[in-house]
Amino acid sequence: MSEHAVDLSKMKISDEVAIQIAAMNKWYGTFHVLRDINMTVQKGERIVICGPSGSGKSTLIRCINRLEEHQSGQIIVDGTELTSDLKNIDKVRSEVGMVFQHFNLFPHLTILENCTLAPIWVRKTPKREAEETAMHFLRKVKIPEQANKYPGQLSGGQQQRVAIARSLCMKPRIMLFDEPTSALDPEMIKEVLDTMISLAEEGMTMLCVTHEMGFAQAVANRVIFMDQGQIVEQNEPREFFNNPKSDRTKLFLSQILGH
Amino acid sequence: MAPTSIAFTRDTMLPPELPPASQRGAVKWARENLFSGPLNTILTLLALLVVFLIIKASLPWWLNSVWNASSLGECRAIVAASAGEGATGACWAMIRERWHQFIFGFYPPSEWWRPTLAFGLLFVALAPVLYSGIARLNTMMVGIVGVVLVVVLFLLGTDGLHIGLVAVLMAALTGVARVATPKLILVTLLYPFVGFFLLWGGSVWGPVGVIAGFGIMVLVYNLLQARLGVVMATALGFVAACVWWLALQTTVTTALHSILPWGLEAIDSDQFGGFLLAFTIGVTSISVSLPIGILLALGRRSDMFLIKTLSVGFIEFIRGVPLITMLFTASLLLQYFLPPQTNFDLILRVIILVTLFASAYIAEVIRGGLAALPRGQYEAADALGLDYWQAQRLIIMPQALKISIPGIVSSFIGLFKDTTLVAFVGLMDPLKGVTTIVRADINWKGIYWEPYIFVGAIFFVVCFGMSRYSMYLEKKLKTDHR
Amino acid sequence: MAIASDAPKDFRLSMLIYDTRFRAITIQVIVLLLVLLGVAWLLNNTIANLAAKDKDIDFGFLSARAGYDIGQALIPYTNDSSHFRAALVGLVNTLVLAFFGCVFATILGVVAGVLRLSNNWIVARLMTVYVEMFRNIPLLLWIILAYVILSETLPTTADFRKSAALIADGLPPIATMSFGDTVALTNQGLNVPSPFFTRGLGFINIGDLAISVSFLAVAAVLAVSILVNMGVLRRARVIQEATGDRPVTWWKSLLILIGPVAVLCIAMGLSFDLPVMGKFNFAGGISIDHAFTAMLVALTLYTGAFIAEAVRAGIQAISRGQSEAAFALGLRPNRTMKLIILPQALRVIIPPLISQWLNLTKNTSLGIAVSYLDLRGTLGGITLNQTGRELECMLLMMLIYLIISLIISSLANMYNASMKLKER
Repeated sequence: MSEHAVDLSKMKISDEVAIQIAAMNKWYGTFHVLRDINMTVQKGERIVICGPSGSGKSTLIRCINRLEEHQSGQIIVDGTELTSDLKNIDKVRSEVGMVFQHFNLFPHLTILENCTLAPIWVRKTPKREAEETAMHFLRKVKIPEQANKYPGQLSGGQQQRVAIARSLCMKPRIMLFDEPTSALDPEMIKEVLDTMISLAEEGMTMLCVTHEMGFAQAVANRVIFMDQGQIVEQNEPREFFNNPKSDRTKLFLSQILGH
Repeated sequence: MAPTSIAFTRDTMLPPELPPASQRGAVKWARENLFSGPLNTILTLLALLVVFLIIKASLPWWLNSVWNASSLGECRAIVAASAGEGATGACWAMIRERWHQFIFGFYPPSEWWRPTLAFGLLFVALAPVLYSGIARLNTMMVGIVGVVLVVVLFLLGTDGLHIGLVAVLMAALTGVARVATPKLILVTLLYPFVGFFLLWGGSVWGPVGVIAGFGIMVLVYNLLQARLGVVMATALGFVAACVWWLALQTTVTTALHSILPWGLEAIDSDQFGGFLLAFTIGVTSISVSLPIGILLALGRRSDMFLIKTLSVGFIEFIRGVPLITMLFTASLLLQYFLPPQTNFDLILRVIILVTLFASAYIAEVIRGGLAALPRGQYEAADALGLDYWQAQRLIIMPQALKISIPGIVSSFIGLFKDTTLVAFVGLMDPLKGVTTIVRADINWKGIYWEPYIFVGAIFFVVCFGMSRYSMYLEKKLKTDHR
Repeated sequence: MAIASDAPKDFRLSMLIYDTRFRAITIQVIVLLLVLLGVAWLLNNTIANLAAKDKDIDFGFLSARAGYDIGQALIPYTNDSSHFRAALVGLVNTLVLAFFGCVFATILGVVAGVLRLSNNWIVARLMTVYVEMFRNIPLLLWIILAYVILSETLPTTADFRKSAALIADGLPPIATMSFGDTVALTNQGLNVPSPFFTRGLGFINIGDLAISVSFLAVAAVLAVSILVNMGVLRRARVIQEATGDRPVTWWKSLLILIGPVAVLCIAMGLSFDLPVMGKFNFAGGISIDHAFTAMLVALTLYTGAFIAEAVRAGIQAISRGQSEAAFALGLRPNRTMKLIILPQALRVIIPPLISQWLNLTKNTSLGIAVSYLDLRGTLGGITLNQTGRELECMLLMMLIYLIISLIISSLANMYNASMKLKER
């Protein structure tokens, strides 16, 4: 992944705050899934969140667009605090894109309709304009020729690229990725990661839950390790991988990179 | 941005805490589940109103129940005396007096142990099918059935001799289940004959003769199979059995009966009634319709045009007409289609038509199960060199039937409910047949809630129980597949 | 393979069973022979039995005088009409009951199914109780119970009478009419108001069937309104596609759908003929037989429970991921329902829904329990008993039920074929 034109490590990260999470806690019933989460994400940051399964990393990023509700603390996304106020939730969701592990494309709509649905109904974009935008992003993820097919007719990798294009059509300022490559065959992982890298090169603020450590090393400016619902360690990738501080991090890295 | 500003390591892990008070407890539960918005609040209030109205209307009726009375008038007098004029009260005294008709119809009280035992043995026969080979579960099932049987027989006032015999039989079966679990399948195979003998009675030699026919079939098959091959041996075995059944059996059994006149008091079909009748028709039809349904399902998926057309035609015809028309066919038309002067029992005729009806529905259920099997299973069976029937018997059917169990159970539930329709061809089903008789009695004229609640409750317990069991099975099968 | 497809050089008899080329044909020929033998046996028996009873097969009885009355006849019928006419009246009764049953059961089922998934605990529980109670107790019980309650708890017609004795005592009659004196619930039937037009457009006669032009006019206006409304919705979509903003349409739709019909009804002078207690009986209005009401209530409640289950399963079959993806894109819950969940859930719900309609239609034959004179009650009941033509009546009746079923299930197949999801 070194052949890319832009040197990501030199990319400027703005001082503007994109996401601010303070003393946030979440429970499922009485089970304490997220414990005292504090983090600040600047515009243009590319953050990889990793950790063993059940550590709460997916829940954390799902809280950021309120697919999950937090019970205490604060989440401020792009200046809007997430509360039970529907207006705020709408505002945040229209500015935060999300890509799921299982793509979640709408099987009854064509690729193009998948991409234009939200711009038309949420952004109130005229149809033609929405379609032009959609084709632009489909070209970008390199599948414009599939526009009139249905999701079921595409391979997994293609579906995930459509899902990315679908999010981009809303012109989001922040992108959340929830294990975007976990459900893919090995030969398809690269095409999705390449798409994500080119997004990073354009300066998109990205939060990515993934086990692709190569991707983390090449793209992320910060790696966060979570365990038992809390942030255990965070650092820039080189330090994180070469010189982990916490025993839990060491154990996790040895298991994931051990062979 | 300097790395120092983002570097962070946690040195002590946070212990889990309880959610804040505002986020737990009854208040939060009520706010989320009952009053989460204006619409929800209105719905909740409406629902509470409905519940309140139902309770207000029916609670006094239940509380003023009368269990001891000899007529509806007496019931009403007792309610009026205890709860005041104009009060309503249930009159369960009717059930107390007539419960046996709802359960057994006009089956003679001294013989009630027979259908009861037959019903108990049904579960013993089912045990090897449900818990294939697991000794512990089989033993438990047979043991529990035995204990329940003895208690029920005692409550029914059965004489000591029969209770004793049943206790010994069940103890022996429990022993078999414990020591030689696979042998229990013999009970399953013999059950149709035992059940028939227990219910209808008559000479023991009739059922024995029929079993002997099957014995002859197996014997001929085993003798000839090595020399003539499977197909010819099966055909000759079948022919031999037919010769026995049609030509020899009656003579031999009559002779045996005159030497050893063993048997039970013969019970006429018109003495059958109530849930006894419903279970007899339901269980027989579903079990006989299973093999027919399997054949029809295979026929419908066959590549052979003629076989496929015949199967589809049969299935769609049956599914296209109401059950009532099938029942009327049994009572009115079957006599036209059979050789002149054949005249047999109405229950049997009804069972035949209900079986045909059920087999079309079972066929569709099994077809669904077959379709759910991945193609790879067929290919693997072919690749192993199995022929069609071997592949079906060893690979396809065990899996397809397992997937179909929930569908088969719900077919049975539907059929069991539909057995009430036999009332319209003059049989005494629990719902219309027996209730009409009760309501025609001058003592109980004008009673309507009580018999319907009683019959409905039994149907509910049986059907709801079975549907829950099949849901449990479905869940278990799902986890098995993972 | 090339050799196998050549014509066999030396043909042996065993190849009929062991050669894959002939095996299928052999089996089919054997099955055909067996089936033909079976059919021949049945036919032979039937002919012998008919001869023994001195009967033949003759559908001539259909044109003979029926000689019995049918309480609910929606096409002109007297006891002088033919058996064929009686069967037709029965068929209409079957279809009317099935139609209203399907409509009401679907409404009830959809509401109950959606409410069962509601996050309101008590409403969801109530709906579960409803669904399980009706699914697990025979339909026949509900039919009989509804009928018995209607015919044994409601007051007699005489109770509504202001007899001389009551007037002398200054007492009101024992029973009073409901809903502002418009509906009389008696143990004989439900007397409800019947609509008519004071300035109506008259009738046209087709054969002996009089069709009200006024009702046709109302239907026509309604149809035009629906077309216009579709136009409004289409225009809204065009505007949305062009500018991005969707004009608000609900009040326009409401106005268009209700307005013209209301105006027409007022113009033609719509009024209601109320049932009024005469000397001995109610005059005016329409009297609905309890048999019909009981059947309709029981079929609606029973089938509604099954439909509720299908609706619930259909909505639950749509994975959580679908609504999450829609939420993540910023769609509001009601839009998510309309654009994402419903279009997918309908594919799952409609096939079992149609099969429930089929069941309901077949179950109308249970009208026998309350002497509802449907197809089975006329053709397969009184006509059969009067003429003794069991074979002919049963055959005709089964054939008609079969045709109705096939029409409904071909609907289902057409829907399935058109809605199949495209997959690799």
